[in-house]
Amino acid sequence: MQKKNSFKTFLGEIPQNLFSGFVVSLIALPLGLGLALASGAPPISGIIAAIVGGIVVSLLGGSKVTITGPGNGLVVVILSAITILGEGNAYQGYLFTLAAIVISGMLLILLGFLRMGALGDFFPSSAIQGMLAAIGIGIFAKQIHVMFGNLNAKGSIIELLIQIPEGIIHFLSSSGKSSFYAGLIGIISLLIMIFYSKIRNRYFQLIPAPMWIVVLSVGMYYYFELFTTAAYPIDQDLLIDLPQDVFASFAFPDFSKIYELEFVSAVISITLIASIESLLSIKAVDKLDPLKRRSNINKDIRALGLATVISGFLGGLNVVTVIARSSVNVNNKGSNRSANFFHALFLVAFILLFATELRKIPLAALAAILVFTGYKLAAPENIKKVFKIGSEQLLIFLATLLVTISTSLISGILVGIMITFVIHIIITKNGLLFFKNILKPNVLMFTEEGKYYVSVKNFSSFLNYTKLKSKLDQIPETTEAIVDFSLCDFVDHSVMENMNNYSETFERKGGHFEVIGLDDSKPGSAHPFALRKILPKQTSPKEGILTKRQKSIQKISEEMHYSYDAFSDLKIEELPKFGYFKTRKIDKISNVLTKNSCTIFDVQFSEGEMIAKQVIKATMFHIKTQNNLPKFTLDKEGVFEYLLHFAGYKDIEIHEHPDFNKRFYLSGKKEEKIRAFFTDELILFLESNKQYHIEATNTGLLILSKERLASVNEIKALAYFGAGMQKIIEKC
Amino acid sequence: MQKIHKILIGIAFSPNLKPNLFEAIRIANMFNAELIGVHVGEKTAQKEADLNQVIAEADTLNTPLKTIWQQGKPVAVILNTAAVESVDLLILGALQKENLLKYYVGSIARKITRKVGCSILLLIKPSIERQACKHIVVNGLKDKNTAETIRTSVLFCSHLLCKKMTIVEEISQSELQVQVNDDKSLRRATIAKERLKNREDQRINTLLKGIPCDDIAIKTQSIFGRRGYSIGHYAKVKRADLLVMNAPLKLGLLDRIFPHDIEYILSELPTDVLIVK
Repeated sequence: MQKKNSFKTFLGEIPQNLFSGFVVSLIALPLGLGLALASGAPPISGIIAAIVGGIVVSLLGGSKVTITGPGNGLVVVILSAITILGEGNAYQGYLFTLAAIVISGMLLILLGFLRMGALGDFFPSSAIQGMLAAIGIGIFAKQIHVMFGNLNAKGSIIELLIQIPEGIIHFLSSSGKSSFYAGLIGIISLLIMIFYSKIRNRYFQLIPAPMWIVVLSVGMYYYFELFTTAAYPIDQDLLIDLPQDVFASFAFPDFSKIYELEFVSAVISITLIASIESLLSIKAVDKLDPLKRRSNINKDIRALGLATVISGFLGGLNVVTVIARSSVNVNNKGSNRSANFFHALFLVAFILLFATELRKIPLAALAAILVFTGYKLAAPENIKKVFKIGSEQLLIFLATLLVTISTSLISGILVGIMITFVIHIIITKNGLLFFKNILKPNVLMFTEEGKYYVSVKNFSSFLNYTKLKSKLDQIPETTEAIVDFSLCDFVDHSVMENMNNYSETFERKGGHFEVIGLDDSKPGSAHPFALRKILPKQTSPKEGILTKRQKSIQKISEEMHYSYDAFSDLKIEELPKFGYFKTRKIDKISNVLTKNSCTIFDVQFSEGEMIAKQVIKATMFHIKTQNNLPKFTLDKEGVFEYLLHFAGYKDIEIHEHPDFNKRFYLSGKKEEKIRAFFTDELILFLESNKQYHIEATNTGLLILSKERLASVNEIKALAYFGAGMQKIIEKC
Repeated sequence: MQKIHKILIGIAFSPNLKPNLFEAIRIANMFNAELIGVHVGEKTAQKEADLNQVIAEADTLNTPLKTIWQQGKPVAVILNTAAVESVDLLILGALQKENLLKYYVGSIARKITRKVGCSILLLIKPSIERQACKHIVVNGLKDKNTAETIRTSVLFCSHLLCKKMTIVEEISQSELQVQVNDDKSLRRATIAKERLKNREDQRINTLLKGIPCDDIAIKTQSIFGRRGYSIGHYAKVKRADLLVMNAPLKLGLLDRIFPHDIEYILSELPTDVLIVK
């Protein structure tokens, strides 16, 4: 029954996926050609990757609305592989690189089966950002010369960057030549890319910017062909070169260098980037999916690996999941994997029907598209973003970036990891913390009253993040989850960023995800993703940057009309008088919410002394009452934890309320007064609400739930309960 | 171990002597058991005087303290005494890492723990004043010794006047047999978890049937995590006063290099730990 229905929806959604696949193919065509050219491979190899990827991954993949094909990230890696392996012979280098691509595809399949497809989770996120920016700079440096009509710029990334002004001068002085016209088209194309999003015309936006560039440059060729007598001013060698019979002559990989070191390092770089780029894209696209489905990452990685193997054997590039094309797919209402499939079919049709027209596209036009994507990857805004998270993150970012562009990608990411680790040790001043605990299973998860509670010990950083992740992934996003870092001495930026992602996903799917235990920590900066080091006990930041929990409390305080002070030095003089605090020493009070005579606060207190000392943090509610109350404690029947200080007093039975007597344990000195105090209304109120531990002195009431910090929802519930309780008591 | 008649404590003349001894005397009285103190080293007048002074300050023992003074290697002496006197419970103090609120079992105590034939109580926070024991966490592993461990915990509960006990079932990831990949497998995994939890609860309830424990609030809790390690983490999060564990079946050299179960707990004690043999 279910199956038939889903098949029906699938059929019903075919038209919209067909359309979406068409729009995506309009971008995939120029991008595929451009990315392949930028990689130093024949342009058709990019299209092959997109076609194979679209077909294989749509049939076998684990994600829903992603589009697969050749990726930006791989351009630099493949270019360097072709140059190094080819030793001057570009075509031979391409054949060797195809072999590397095939093997990296096999590795990906293997990683997928080992459930380690998400390689990106093992790396610090600032290092990954740095690496991506380096790739962007690499693409930019190479392609900007092509955009100006100069195919002969050679050298390392840094040399290419230095040559840019020279290239511009050369371009301006070469007016009239073929390369000048190519450069002109390149610049116009770049302007189209930049201003496309600013032109809000529905008909103009119907065709994606890269396709406009193709359409315009092909149109220009025909203009020269049909309407003027002048010859087309751009030479043949500045136009795209497609084989005469596109699908008859596939290049075949050459495996003869397979045991050489350069080959192995090419395979590693390709696999690494393919995995990281795909993972980042899948994660980002899952956030866009209107149906909020969760992708099966390892299954997707396996399918991508298989597609890469096939593509490599047919002379195509790597297949990865690509974010830009996928987001276009979502925007055009692509709803399942068939859009990816259709995008591949449209590409086949384009190549078969329009091969002649495609040969008219100047390389400079495609280069302009890549210059734009390269710039996007390395945009100054990205650096600013990283800097906001913390200056140490900028250091990691820049070190990774510089090492990557000056040496290789693998050494870049290694340096990024090392620097991150060293910075963590410097910040915590405690290397042992990491060395001793890295292999320990530091995450505990259990359910409590339908909520998932996750406690993390020792430290939490990119080094052991997968342990936390594997637990968090098991929590249905529609439920409530609490992650407690209070036993952690250090939490790094990568983890904080991921916690934020989880919280967004839970929010989207109707659940609630909350991080607690960081309010006493010292953040690296004002950014919510900043790393946090737990401060030594008893020092509280006088003013500081609010954690997410504190911000949420601030928000609900406004909703509930409480005033909020996160770093209050309030002293509730009555607090030590409560029986609960008889044997406990109050260290400090923070996160104070007040309204009239009610106060909600986090209190940190300690039990025992010297080596027996334990520090506990809990959230409580205090009411200062006007009337005189009898002293009592009220608890769930069967919970005896708090009752030691009233030892000797029995459970007081309230007449005519057997249910209350069964569920609650009430004790106190003056039985008669207490009985009088527990009116029918109060008992009804208590019976119909969640059971809290309640204590009364003569002038105040203390309500608490658990001996730990409460989540924001729990605070809300506590405030509501307290307010109701107060109302009833004031009436007496 | 249905009854505790004899308790052995190692006496070292360290700053912790007083709290250790106070705690041991208290426990001995609660079980109405005989307390035997063994000191590895020379018997001097000074040491004897110190010891007597501490004992004078402590509660009076129901049966007088028996002290044994013997020279030799600490591990051998204590193991030997435990065997000769056929003690039921050995009390050892844990060490605290400098400046950190973390406790571990020292190398001598660890050796003893591995080899001794009786149950062991490892104290991380002996104190001169009585700290009531309010919450006991017990492992509920699927193991033939678990029934005995739970019986012993109930015995401790009633003698230590503890009213709350949680039996923790650690379920390892491999037992779940469902890998979470996407929404569908997540749903399957959640259902599988629920089923496992029910199965474990049922198993524990059958174990509990024959044990008289009406006045104790017993709760079961399933946690998903690495065996032996997660229960310590749980005891710490829940701030339990005593953690009761099965004795490990056999510990080889490999087990020490790749610590599991009890070794995790020994290297980082979450609270007082009782190992039932």
